[in-house]
Amino acid sequence: MCLAVPAKITRLEDSGQGTADYMGSEVKANFSLVPKARLGDWVIIHAGFAISLLDKKEARETLQLFKEMGAASRR
Amino acid sequence: MKELRDPKAIRRLLGDIGEKARLLPRPPRIMEVCGTHTMALFRHGLTPLLAEAGVEMVSGPGCPVCITPAAIHEAAITLVSEKEALTLATFGDMTRVPTRKGSLQTAVPAPGSRIKIVYSPEEALEEARREPSRQVVFFGAGFETTIPAIAFTAKRAAAEGLGNFSVLPALWLVPPALRAILEAGEIAVSGFIYPGHVSAIIGAEPYEFVARDHGLPGAIAGFEPGDILLAVRSVLEQAASGTPRVALEYSRAMRAGGNPVARALMEEVFEPFDAAWRGLGTIPASGLRFRERFAGFDATPKFGLARLGAAGRDLPGCRCGDVLRGVIRPEGCRHFGKKCVPDSPLGPCMVSYEGACLIHFKYGQTRRPSP
Repeated sequence: MCLAVPAKITRLEDSGQGTADYMGSEVKANFSLVPKARLGDWVIIHAGFAISLLDKKEARETLQLFKEMGAASRR
Repeated sequence: MKELRDPKAIRRLLGDIGEKARLLPRPPRIMEVCGTHTMALFRHGLTPLLAEAGVEMVSGPGCPVCITPAAIHEAAITLVSEKEALTLATFGDMTRVPTRKGSLQTAVPAPGSRIKIVYSPEEALEEARREPSRQVVFFGAGFETTIPAIAFTAKRAAAEGLGNFSVLPALWLVPPALRAILEAGEIAVSGFIYPGHVSAIIGAEPYEFVARDHGLPGAIAGFEPGDILLAVRSVLEQAASGTPRVALEYSRAMRAGGNPVARALMEEVFEPFDAAWRGLGTIPASGLRFRERFAGFDATPKFGLARLGAAGRDLPGCRCGDVLRGVIRPEGCRHFGKKCVPDSPLGPCMVSYEGACLIHFKYGQTRRPSP
């Protein structure tokens, strides 16, 4: 049940309610637990609530690490 | 994120892991605490690949459907069978858990009552607003990932004065369960993969006792194959250097301090108590109940249900509890795959998508694709 999905915020109301794009589907979500979230940010959504903001810089670093590992072992 | 599944990078990491594992005095055995990690490890075929690299993975207690004891599942069944004009709103997999009273799926609701499958506790709240003459009970089962959502919903219900909304709580805290497993000493583990989304709420600090008091390494991991292998590698590095800590290998989605807004909300609405887990027994300060101010939202006294803290009895022969402690693998239960299968489960470990028995049943035969 701790399955949680990364999604991009597509609508954000002052009440904290809104919608997010999860792999092409629009889902309703409550963003009250991530007050710093803004339209277009990526969040982790669990049980209808965004619980965490994704850090773009950290995400890029992880991707870069894997790109390098993939490339380094290429023959 | 496809890079985190790149076969070349994965093979390279597995190679690294194999080299590090060979240098350790004992073959490492690492517990993945979270059921979603168990699922990812099996779905991507990583558990057998790690075994070949010399690392044994064991599943931990991180399945809320599973660790919720029989008494609470039975209370939910009693509630919807006996109380009229009531909606029991629940996450889907809770409905299939078998008990001595059947399951929510086989229960016959009392006149006017029904079971509603929801994805978010807010859906239950909406129903309570829409139908003021109906009692709406949310079967709130979950770990720290889910608890803030339930706290938010209860607080909102209080603000709106919705007296027809309540929660049947089955709220569990991960760190006290790890402490109980370590202190019981039934199995020797050499490190932990900590749950990424529980940690997104609680941060890293609550696991530090594992390194400090038990000298064991650990890493918080995300859920892609690459995330999990990075965490395994970190655990082996810490073991080799003798510097156990709580490594953050999921920093794109969590902060070391967790989510303070969510934690404050949990604190405001709930307080810890000594809760009874399936298989793990009663663990000090391991469950949450409503604080005095919100006590009216607790469905347990409101509907005269069995007191919180009682475990109840499992179906005869079910060893879900032993699986949750990591004492046996699912294959070690004589009913696994025979009397107990997903279509007719003997216990919740064969029901939940995060249950070790279901996952082993579905993916246990997975072979490596030929090169």
